[in-house]
Amino acid sequence: MSRAPSLSGPLPGPFHPRLEAASTAKDWADWAGVLSPRKLDATGREYFAIRNQAALIDISPMRKYRIEGPEAERVLNRVVTRDVAKIAPGRVGYALWCDEDGMAIDDGTIFRLGPERFRLCCQERMLTWLIDAAEGLDAAVSDETEALAALALQGPTSFSVLEAAGLQVSSLRPFDLAEPEPGLLVSRTGFTGDLGYELWIATEHALALWDRLIEAGRVFGILPAGMEALDMARIEAGFPMTGFDFQSIHAAERPSRGRTPFELGLGRHVDFAKGHFNGRRALLALKEEPPKRRLVTLDIDGSRAASGALLYRRGMFGRWREVGHVTSALWSPTAKRNVAFAEIEGEAEGADLFAEIYLFKEGKWERRMARARPGPRAAFRPDRARATPPARR
Amino acid sequence: MSQARSYDAIIAGGGHNGLTAGAYLARAGLSVLVVERSDIVGGAAVSRELEPGWTYSNCSYVCSLLRPEVARDLDLARHGLQVIPYTGGASFTKGGEYFAYHHDQRALEREIARLSPRDVEGYERFARAVTRQCRFVRPLLLRSAPDPASFHPRDLGELLFLLRRLHDLGEREMGEAVRFWTASVGDFLDGFIEHPLIKAHLAGSGIIGTGLGVYSPGTAYVLLHHYMGDLDGAIGAWGFARGGMGAVSAALAGALRAAGGEIRVNAEVERILVKDGAAAGVVLKGGEEIRAPLVASNMDAKRTFLGCVEPGALPDDFLDAVRRFRIRGSSAKLNIALDGPPVFPAVKGEAPFLSGDLHASESLLELEAAYDDWKEGRFSAAPYFDMLIPSRIDPTMAPPGAHMASIFVQYAPYDLARDGVRDPAHWDEAAREGLKAAVLDKIEAVSPGFRGLIRHSELRAPVDIEREVGLSEGNIFQGELTFDQLLFNRPVPGWARHRSPLPGLWLVGSSAHPGGGVMAAAGANAAREILRDMKRGGRDEAAFRAA
Repeated sequence: MSRAPSLSGPLPGPFHPRLEAASTAKDWADWAGVLSPRKLDATGREYFAIRNQAALIDISPMRKYRIEGPEAERVLNRVVTRDVAKIAPGRVGYALWCDEDGMAIDDGTIFRLGPERFRLCCQERMLTWLIDAAEGLDAAVSDETEALAALALQGPTSFSVLEAAGLQVSSLRPFDLAEPEPGLLVSRTGFTGDLGYELWIATEHALALWDRLIEAGRVFGILPAGMEALDMARIEAGFPMTGFDFQSIHAAERPSRGRTPFELGLGRHVDFAKGHFNGRRALLALKEEPPKRRLVTLDIDGSRAASGALLYRRGMFGRWREVGHVTSALWSPTAKRNVAFAEIEGEAEGADLFAEIYLFKEGKWERRMARARPGPRAAFRPDRARATPPARR
Repeated sequence: MSQARSYDAIIAGGGHNGLTAGAYLARAGLSVLVVERSDIVGGAAVSRELEPGWTYSNCSYVCSLLRPEVARDLDLARHGLQVIPYTGGASFTKGGEYFAYHHDQRALEREIARLSPRDVEGYERFARAVTRQCRFVRPLLLRSAPDPASFHPRDLGELLFLLRRLHDLGEREMGEAVRFWTASVGDFLDGFIEHPLIKAHLAGSGIIGTGLGVYSPGTAYVLLHHYMGDLDGAIGAWGFARGGMGAVSAALAGALRAAGGEIRVNAEVERILVKDGAAAGVVLKGGEEIRAPLVASNMDAKRTFLGCVEPGALPDDFLDAVRRFRIRGSSAKLNIALDGPPVFPAVKGEAPFLSGDLHASESLLELEAAYDDWKEGRFSAAPYFDMLIPSRIDPTMAPPGAHMASIFVQYAPYDLARDGVRDPAHWDEAAREGLKAAVLDKIEAVSPGFRGLIRHSELRAPVDIEREVGLSEGNIFQGELTFDQLLFNRPVPGWARHRSPLPGLWLVGSSAHPGGGVMAAAGANAAREILRDMKRGGRDEAAFRAA
């Protein structure tokens, strides 16, 4: 018996026919093996759809796992650092999880679909990790990544779009979820820090949902958007991203790349009172120590994004001393600030820092030392992100 | 009389520059009061709901030149300002043709090549010439203009800065710079581009707000002035303030109040108080006196010095120069609430460039003829217009599915001629309706059915702009932007540093360097000069230099 070799490269996802038709830029990336648009037309317009109207973003390549059974809650509580019991049915909660040494593996969202039914959404493959955690407990773990399509609808008119599409979600508070129609799950969640929703539906109904939202959204300025626009919004919102702002300890070749929740500024998501979880012992020991490094947000002089810049402070005799590096950077078009996530040595926190920015100017690199001050975690966090009933525009 | 309150500084006029200057002064620790004659602050940068559900940017309608340094210093984003870029634009012809100014580079190349293959490179060269000059001029915006006759070290320093930048350009570019500052936009474009429709599309920026024609010397600079702005690093990009231009003023007012400054609306300055040869405060209409050793006027130069200072307090030669300052009204504004989206049959389907600036002028000759009418005291029979439909991008401007059109109209004289007599009073209902009809006829020709969508409209002739906003003759820049009235000559030679011959009286509006366009530069520069004078420079000064 013969078979064709396994396919190479990223493959089309559930919304590909619509994305392909909307793409003028033909700028595709590989997101977890799925052909995904960096931008469809122009990143700037797509970004402003998120902040000013409504953007429709395919997030199907996110990993989605179903954990079901009488002891499903216990399974998740073994994995993540927060207390899953505090997520009520119909609610969504942020969580991160660590290895035995307390080093972060990934973060994501836990959807509590019912008392004994959960869904975990994240970036990294987590099937084996979850199955191992379920060992000896009465719960089943399954991967529904390919069976389930997902769309993020984000921006100030996103509620108006859903309403025009006939979906009743006006009572959803942030992190609530509902099933306005059988088989269609809507959560008031997102990665933009703005008013927004995520929609979850079986892959075979994906295209119909897309068409329905685009049609309903026409007068509300709906625009399909790519990964670059989403990345801009998440940096502004102050959401760190696995693989960029920290490295998953599972993926890292260098164990020294591992980071604890405390170092990432996510210590408030660690609950020592809930009983055992992966990394608890190690984290308990580290809890009282000042973190060696810290993921911080910076406000940098000038308007050129400090992507990849090394950070310095003035040492003895005016010498520059390297104290960290930028992990994500952005000129924020809404906050009008030059913001960045950066990892710095613990003792450099609050000190006067300088970012070494290299600018490519018509064939020549130029170096600029720009002052970097501590900035707010979120450069932009509009009130409409939290208001219920939701804003209409 | 009631007990007179006193402040460290009074800002006479709450336009965007007055609010900017006030915010900087308040941040430096001064007690600041802004007095504004209207019921809302903002001057020409206001949003009003004249038809329930529709927001009008009544006067100023787009945003680009607002200095990013000011937005950052005063944290305008936190105070609610969001500027959304619009991309592209188009010029339509009666014959059903159009030129689309695509944002996408490839689409623009193809569009130009379709009309005129030679112009693809011509346009590239034109764009390069403009951006080179922008690189030269932009750093001057947030610096004080040097006095070329002074030997003061600071003037010499500023002059040296100017000369060095000029020198950096090289001989050929220096020549280009001089050409740019003095040539007409028509001649300038003729040197690069041959297709009349493309030229007409690009020439608009050279005449907006200016009482000159496309072939009048000096208009090339006006074009440059409109390209000097940027949005998030995209030079020459323009955008909408979310919620209309009033959002700019509201954010500035928020920054001012956050720094401890006060604002009083419905408080019109009748005259500036003079005591012992110096400004001492203001007298409001109704007689109330408010005292301050420093009065910063956001009114234009004529209104300030000729209208609000008692005769005799200023030297005659200064007053003569102010009288000669050219501040002629040349434009009107038509704001329309629409029940649905305007349709342009020449364009198949939906196109992002329809969210940009739309025109219906077909050639430079047509634009020049529009100017000829103005010279004779008539509004243009075939006016130039710059139409934007902000509701295509900004969902807060109109109900879903409905739209609002913001139409800048040129030319419209301040003092309309009738039977050989020129008088602003000639702007009666018939004249307004006449101008409106002239504009709508042009729009209707390229967007049939437009008239049928109109739900409400307001026309603002120059005389209305003067009456409602206080801009002399309705000139949107507080004085025309020609080389004889720029840099160290603005508003009058010898007084380019925001000061006046009356100690304590300062000019903080667009009559001062670097001119109009909702830049907030004049207000910020003036505040810096004032603080320098008080030896309270410090932090903001450093921030300016770093910028």
